[in-house]
Amino acid sequence: MAGADLKLLGTDYQIWKKKQRREAGQYYLLCLVGIFCFFAIWQIAVTAGLANERLLPSPLQVFETIIEKFYQKEPDGNTMLVNICASLQVALSGFLLAVVIGIPLGLVMGWFRLAEAFFRPIFELVRPVPPIAWIPLVVVWFGIGLQAKALIIFFSAFVPCVINSYTGIQLTNRTYINVARTFGASETEIFRKVGIPSSLPMVFAGVRVALGNSWSTLVAAEMLAATAGLGYMIQQGRTLARPDLVIAGMVVIGAIGAVLSGILSYIEKRLIKGQKNESN
Amino acid sequence: MERDNREVKVRTENLTKQFGDLLVLDNISFDVKKNEFLCVVGPTGCGKTTFLNCLTKIYTPSKGEIYIDGEPADPKRHNISFVFQEPSAFPWLTVRENLEFGLGVKKVDKKEIKSRVDKILDLMGLKDVENAYPRELSVSVEQRIIIGRSFVMQPDLLLMDEPYGQMDIKMRFYLEDEVIRLWKELGSTVIFITHNIEEAVYLAERVLILTNKPTTVKESLKIDLPHPRNIADPKFIQYRNYITEAIKWW
Ligand SMILES: Nc1ncnc2c1ncn2[C@@H]1O[C@H](COP(=O)(O)OP(=O)(O)OP(=O)(O)O)[C@@H](O)[C@H]1O
Ligand SMILES: [Mg+2]
Repeated sequence: MAGADLKLLGTDYQIWKKKQRREAGQYYLLCLVGIFCFFAIWQIAVTAGLANERLLPSPLQVFETIIEKFYQKEPDGNTMLVNICASLQVALSGFLLAVVIGIPLGLVMGWFRLAEAFFRPIFELVRPVPPIAWIPLVVVWFGIGLQAKALIIFFSAFVPCVINSYTGIQLTNRTYINVARTFGASETEIFRKVGIPSSLPMVFAGVRVALGNSWSTLVAAEMLAATAGLGYMIQQGRTLARPDLVIAGMVVIGAIGAVLSGILSYIEKRLIKGQKNESN
Repeated sequence: MERDNREVKVRTENLTKQFGDLLVLDNISFDVKKNEFLCVVGPTGCGKTTFLNCLTKIYTPSKGEIYIDGEPADPKRHNISFVFQEPSAFPWLTVRENLEFGLGVKKVDKKEIKSRVDKILDLMGLKDVENAYPRELSVSVEQRIIIGRSFVMQPDLLLMDEPYGQMDIKMRFYLEDEVIRLWKELGSTVIFITHNIEEAVYLAERVLILTNKPTTVKESLKIDLPHPRNIADPKFIQYRNYITEAIKWW
């Protein structure tokens, strides 16, 4: 008798899934339209003379500069690809280091009371120091190479990784913990099978902030006498009064930032199915 | 009252639980026999959930002790399943993975897990949504996942805290018969908490009626009717009215 009702459930679910896929399509279309409008307005503003072309080059001109930079070393001495690789290397090493150290630290701190007592005060002391303030010390310790720059990025990415993992795992629903406990799970098993998965959405939100921080601290880190990198290219553009080069650098930084964030979203989607409220 | 010669499964001795100044369970003692189906009814906030939490070591009793098979209750040693009052399906696991969870903790072997889970998916009508996540389903379906998750353990002791509160009548009747079937088939001991007196009379071999806080056992009433029961049977109605009368004083 109840069997018939139970069958219905499945088809409802399939229909709902289909509808969701269609809505996702519409969403991405609107994203593209938004980006297009942004550049169109910019272009119109410049061609119509609303903005001075010497100070604000048009998007088409910036686009030209970007393409040009892919095969031309002038004026900063590196092709675009070299600059991008240099920046990615700095930003990603700092960022990954922060993720690898920060997340486990936050999770352990949020779950085990003794670990919290030990680490929390140190962390609270370090936390309010702005990443840039580390620059002089870092230069003394490590000079001005990759290590030094990566370390500054690390400081900017570390804090959100720790805080979000810490808060995320502390918010674990007590009932879920009790379910595992009544099945006879050990404390470490509960940490692994309940605490960590339930904290993942928060952890990922932290990683997202960390990634944004890493990428935006890049320009500051590359002020440390770099010889390549997008931040360095922007610096050169400023010195040489080439706003198109500056904006080209900004656009590339923005675009790569978006790509990285997209990659992160992809990983996030694969890893934390079921915990995002996708429906509303 | 009739004598019950079965072995004692759960022995509650002088159980007292206080939260600060609030005395909730006041020196309660009772036994649950092996393979018995016990329903517990009592006013809201009288400590029914607290009792189950003491039984599963989520709370520590202020005084007294609960024994399972003569040993102090311990979920690590005893095969207990607990259907919590609040929704408790793990949102990060699919329906199938939720059902597998407890078996994984108990280190049951893979093949056995698969065959047991398949059977329960069929039984609970969850086959079509086995790869869905709980959030994508309705509350009553989520509750079915939770009930399935505890049935699949083939528990020695099954604790259910108002499991059918969210269900429509049809589903409820269906699952009431299912829990009876499971109980008979596995020979488990069941402690079933409910607010619904008809449900209690329909299911229980014995109904434990609790008082208001500070809580003691008001009465232990044997329901002497064979399963499956008929809710229109005059004897059934008599039991139902009797319990309703007994709790008018809440
Ligand atoms: N962890 C706790 N800390 C303090 N007080 C608590 C705690 N858990 C329960 N209580 C109190 O103990 C009393 C009994 O709660 P309990 O949840 O066991 O009642 P219940 O019989 O299950 O009620 P319901 O029928 O609403 O489910 C309540 O007054 C509640 O406020
Ligand atoms: Mg309760």
